[in-house]
Amino acid sequence: MGNGTRLGRVRGLGSSHHGSHHWLQQRMTALGNVLLVTWFVVSLVRLPLGDHGAVLRWASNPTVAFLLILMVANVFWHLRLGLQVMIEDYVHGEATRLLSLVLLNFYAVGGAAYGIFTIARIAFSGGAAA
Amino acid sequence: MAVSIFHRVSGDGLAIVGGLMFLWWLGAIASGPDAYAAFVACVWHDPDAGTFHKITNILGKIVLVGLTWAFFQHLFSGLRHFVLDTGAGYELKTNKLWSTLVFVGAIFATATVWLYIFAEALNG
Repeated sequence: MGNGTRLGRVRGLGSSHHGSHHWLQQRMTALGNVLLVTWFVVSLVRLPLGDHGAVLRWASNPTVAFLLILMVANVFWHLRLGLQVMIEDYVHGEATRLLSLVLLNFYAVGGAAYGIFTIARIAFSGGAAA
Repeated sequence: MAVSIFHRVSGDGLAIVGGLMFLWWLGAIASGPDAYAAFVACVWHDPDAGTFHKITNILGKIVLVGLTWAFFQHLFSGLRHFVLDTGAGYELKTNKLWSTLVFVGAIFATATVWLYIFAEALNG
């Protein structure tokens, strides 16, 4: 990296153009979360959570299962963006930071996949078995 | 200052503790009545609890109350951010007022939810 021209001094210091994309996605998913997670919390409070049959009937309702899948996708996307900022701000050292970001992506993608797969299992097979 | 830090702390808590609890709960629902009963016995109430479940039952309630608070804190603080994003609310007094209201609102909402839950539990 040169230190002569102004361009040379900033080149390689990080990508531009992508910051606003991250920012905007965080807001979009935040808006989705306001609706979806609020719906989820209200549902939890109203459900008889100790009763497996009742919870299963609720979760296997097509509308509920659909909203749960939407929520999982939205929440894990949002938390990936949020935790990424946290790692970038607080985890120092090239290697640890890279490792943290890899783990974060495993958690976000893996968690979302597990959640969606589990809701599908409940919706497609669980409803009748209660 | 403090609202911003608490936005991060509550977000972290929801993302990691909340996310994992949610997936655990979903998995328990899908795995059937026995697995679900085991989940409930661990985090909420075990009729014939040993020492281990007595401890996890208390911890479970603390975590759930904590998650409820984190949800409201992050929600209200997030809504505040939406307003700030429009360029409004930066005047010193307004800013201070709304950040105080975020804290008060989150504690109030958490207390309301849990009073409701315990009232329902007592009424059977």
